[in-house]
Amino acid sequence: MSPWTFILDHHGEILSATLDHFTLVVIAMAIAILIGVPLGMFIVQRPTLRIIALGIASIFQTIPSLALFGFLIPIPFIGGIGKRTAIVALVLYALLPILRNTYVGLTGIDAAVLESAEAMGMTRSQILFRVRLPLALAVILAGIRTATIITIGVATIAAAIGAGGLGTFIFRGVALVSDALILAGAIPAALLALIADFLLGLLERRLRIS
Amino acid sequence: MNAKLASISENLIEFHDVAYHINDIPARTIVSEISLRIPPGETLVLLGRSGSGKTTLLKLINGMLLPPKGVVLVQNCATTEWDPIRLRRGIGYVIQEAGLFPHFTVAENVALVPTLENWDAPRTAARVQEMLHLVGLDPRDFAHRLPRELSGGQRQRVGVARALAADPPILLMDEPFGALDPVTRAELQREFSALVRRLGKTIVFVTHDLREALLLASRIVLLQAGRIVASATPQEFLRLDHAEVRAFTSSLSVSPGALA
Repeated sequence: MSPWTFILDHHGEILSATLDHFTLVVIAMAIAILIGVPLGMFIVQRPTLRIIALGIASIFQTIPSLALFGFLIPIPFIGGIGKRTAIVALVLYALLPILRNTYVGLTGIDAAVLESAEAMGMTRSQILFRVRLPLALAVILAGIRTATIITIGVATIAAAIGAGGLGTFIFRGVALVSDALILAGAIPAALLALIADFLLGLLERRLRIS
Repeated sequence: MNAKLASISENLIEFHDVAYHINDIPARTIVSEISLRIPPGETLVLLGRSGSGKTTLLKLINGMLLPPKGVVLVQNCATTEWDPIRLRRGIGYVIQEAGLFPHFTVAENVALVPTLENWDAPRTAARVQEMLHLVGLDPRDFAHRLPRELSGGQRQRVGVARALAADPPILLMDEPFGALDPVTRAELQREFSALVRRLGKTIVFVTHDLREALLLASRIVLLQAGRIVASATPQEFLRLDHAEVRAFTSSLSVSPGALA
């Protein structure tokens, strides 16, 4: 059977798996942003904590994703089989680009701008919220964009621990040596990544100043 | 407050035997033995080579740096006693690259301190108009532009307007015209010197350009390696007999041989 016929025949299941996949990514990204951006803001003025936080986030990034899912299974509360474990792993992967870009964005601001902000009598929090954050937004968003693309890819592997999503087709396809099944998972996953990249890229360009 | 420091003086800014060194390491001294009195209305130019400590003295005035030794008084109160935010809102500040906020329009940049001080909207808007006119920019044309849509000279004008917006008695300027082309630079210097005479602000102006110092200053203070080596009116300054003064005055003249 050609992959196309298969995809057309099973479009209902593929669509629902795509929706599952998308939900998984959105939840993981929301959590990663809620942790990564405030943490990135917090480490700007704290060099020791910065080294520790960026170091730990980098370590997670080096662990092969299948192994990370495996490691998480025996851990109580956050582990086990299913979506919750998958989300924890995806958050850990997404953290580094968000954290690093938040830090880089906040510190990469023209020194003359920060100097005059301080000299004009702005308080620390005014400088953070009215100057640093608005100017860092495009860089932070670039980190979120990278993290989203990574998460969409890694989420296919989450099917290995029973989290559902498009990976289900890929794993089944590998087991049954069926190109059609593999493509039924791979093509929508690739499309999701391309669309996310395009839309977030659009937003990023709108926010970029100068 | 220390009773000795509280003795009321006529001066707006005073340095009493001030030294500053990096990270409290006395070996890495930037300025030392600085004593200076700046009365209201004076335009004091701090002249010196790069690294002579000019900018450090400016930052000691608005409390961006605090002296590990000696006292800096602003309006008869030590900078260490001032709430730094209050102190700085009463001191205008202009730097070389203007330091305009790139995500703010010209009007928003000029309105910065009035906004921080919670002025009401009509008063702020009126003040922005007034300030832009003052620095020679038509608000109808410029108010809604972003800094990147301005030339270097226009940016510097906005920088001056922003510094003056809340009507501070003191203005600190760190080589504000340093990055401009010579023609624009001369134009702004001329306009600024006229503006200064009209406004009666107390100004501390940092430059390494003797020509600029002679044009703007009511008094020139020459710094060398972190110490004050001369203090004189522009007329007296040119006649001083000091090696560093001569080094600066000789930079004014171009010897015919150099062009051959």
